[in-house]
Amino acid sequence: MNLQVANGPLGTAAARLRGKDLLGIAELTPAEILLVLDTAEAMREIAARPIKKVPALRGKTVINLFFEPSTRTRTSFEVAEKRLSADTLNISAGTSSVVKGETLADTALNLEAMSPDLMVVRHTSSGACHFLSRICRAGIINAGDGMHEHPTQALLDAFTIREHKKRLGGLKIAIVGDLLHSRVLRSNVLLLTKLDADVWVSGPPTLIPPGIAQLGVRVTTSIDEAVEGADVVMMLRIQLERMQGGYFPSLREYFTVFGLTSQRVRRAKPDVIIMHPGPMNRGVEIASEVADGACSVILEQVANGVAVRMAVLYLLAGGGEHEAAA
Amino acid sequence: MKRLLEGARVVDPVRGVDGRFDVLIDGDRIARVAVEIPAAERAGAEVLALQPGWIVCPGFIDMHVHLREPGQEHKETIATGTAAAVAGGFTGVACMPNTDPVNDNSSVTKFIVERAAGAPARVYPIGAVTKGSAGEQLAEIADLRAAGCVALSDDGRPVANALILRRGLEYARMFDMAIIDHCEDPALKGEGVAHEGLVAAVLGLRGIPAAAEEVMVYRDIALAELTGGRVHIAHLSTRGSLRAVRDGRARGVRVTCEVTPHHFTLTDEQLKAPLSYDTNLKMNPPLREAADRDALVAGLADGTVDAIASDHAPHHYDEKHVEFDRAPFGIVGLETAVPLALDRLVHAGVISIGRLVELMSVNPARLLGVPGGTLEPGSPADVTVLAPEVTTTIDPARFRSLSRNTPFGGWTLKGTVAATIVGGRVAYANPDLASLAAR
Repeated sequence: MNLQVANGPLGTAAARLRGKDLLGIAELTPAEILLVLDTAEAMREIAARPIKKVPALRGKTVINLFFEPSTRTRTSFEVAEKRLSADTLNISAGTSSVVKGETLADTALNLEAMSPDLMVVRHTSSGACHFLSRICRAGIINAGDGMHEHPTQALLDAFTIREHKKRLGGLKIAIVGDLLHSRVLRSNVLLLTKLDADVWVSGPPTLIPPGIAQLGVRVTTSIDEAVEGADVVMMLRIQLERMQGGYFPSLREYFTVFGLTSQRVRRAKPDVIIMHPGPMNRGVEIASEVADGACSVILEQVANGVAVRMAVLYLLAGGGEHEAAA
Repeated sequence: MKRLLEGARVVDPVRGVDGRFDVLIDGDRIARVAVEIPAAERAGAEVLALQPGWIVCPGFIDMHVHLREPGQEHKETIATGTAAAVAGGFTGVACMPNTDPVNDNSSVTKFIVERAAGAPARVYPIGAVTKGSAGEQLAEIADLRAAGCVALSDDGRPVANALILRRGLEYARMFDMAIIDHCEDPALKGEGVAHEGLVAAVLGLRGIPAAAEEVMVYRDIALAELTGGRVHIAHLSTRGSLRAVRDGRARGVRVTCEVTPHHFTLTDEQLKAPLSYDTNLKMNPPLREAADRDALVAGLADGTVDAIASDHAPHHYDEKHVEFDRAPFGIVGLETAVPLALDRLVHAGVISIGRLVELMSVNPARLLGVPGGTLEPGSPADVTVLAPEVTTTIDPARFRSLSRNTPFGGWTLKGTVAATIVGGRVAYANPDLASLAAR
């Protein structure tokens, strides 16, 4: 074991995820989720070192294949990969042969022919990563597929919550905003309910996915009820580009009814933390004074994203034969 | 040329026949069905050997098929589609007009009729209700009728404008032609790709609510009531639609409906596992939830549903081998419909063989106004021979269809097709079963 992290779970050779892919939180057991979070604890220490690099993925190739614009997630993965010494390359749809009419399958198989170990994929179509996992030998990490899942976001959110609250079970967690189109919502609901948090979701009735209550969450159209006594408030972005569908009358009315203001934050527990997966629309779903206020952990989420993604990359591609070779 | 089907169980509900009979075919017609055909009459007939347990039925007709010709011959042709039809036990198919060009005028109809002349199965073209199926102006319905169209539909699209549908129903009345409507409110369907419900919510797929179908079913029934015209609801998929049909019919409205094998077999749960986001589970209307599927099964049993139709929608592998929301809607069905109906309905104890024959032969013939649906002497010698006790595994590689887009590959089902006789000739003999060759 040459990854020099003291007392971390990385010392446990058996600590791996079951599959070759991370397609969603749906496929993870609670133990696997905790394994990622514990591994991320160890990874976070690396960011505090003067030399922020370990050789855990030396000789491994990771392709970041992004079919949808992304700054935060793509950068976060790239930093994580580099800190683990993987060889990385970034492909975004605008520069690839997709614009020439190549299919997703052909794009993936051509990249696959160059023997990557992992592909980190973001795509506008729900299920695109499942599709790729069936045709690729390389492991697929879902970096967001359509309206389906964004598992590393939920993992970094859970990591951030656990850091502040020391637990996840029993916490009242309110998730507010555009629930219908949000992959962050789906991954978070799956993860937090698997770890027994008390999850409340709130948004306008037009943006609540049908049947969501059957996932074990409380649904309310009153943000005040959702936020009341909450340990965590997680705001979701109003996807302005999707608002042509007339889901609500105006941004102004949305902010009045669902915007997180400091007045509303006062209904929550005094030690509440405010989260947002970004990018934020200030003055639409969240007031600037809240986003930048003392309770906000939004930038911590970004920092933790790197550690969590390092953990996922390591658990999927590190260890094993790599250790033997090292 | 005479042929004799000897000593098999014959099921012909129109004539109240269910028992052991000989069926004598003379040329392309049924000559006689009797416990014993007099020696003088059967003299010189070729005897077709039937195995014990096989059942002789009037030829099955699939009233909702996409043959793709003209225009999309990479998916299917009239030749391959009719080969698939007879292999699936169908002696006739009604083909939808959403070809390229649309079958909205007699020259396209004549082309189809001409191409189908030597085909193994009978082909009954369905003409478009409106020009280009654009929903704006009625097609030349009398001309379509004269060229051979048996019904009207803008399938794939609903007739969205209620006034146009009203005019179509009124106008088609003079030919007693049904308008087959693909009921779906375009705005409510939106960009949906799966049934709106928990499964779509979890999978992040845009939903198509049951109401998208139901609001148009209710509208169509109201317009059929207003006009006295005949409306037939294509691939009905929700319990609410079924209720609407039942209510409409109870007050005398001329409304009928069909259900597909995939809708009476599968639910949207299938989208999650074992093969998540399988594009061969993407069809329109989408697979609904269990309560809908169960209601459809009940409707097949209680008579509310008139016909089983496959909505055979061939698509090329390349078109389906893409992201779920980019794949076209539809699956092939001609070569799986009968095994699914036998396994899931007859062997499951939901319906009798007699009811199956009503759903797949008698009623489609009546609804389209075409010959068949019975083995009455003088009828066309179109016969479907079932081997209901034979278990087979669906192997898409052996399909006669040009396309293989089915979710049923690898399914083991009890009951299959032994042979298909069209116009007195054996158009298909199941190669896996003891030969039907003349004895």
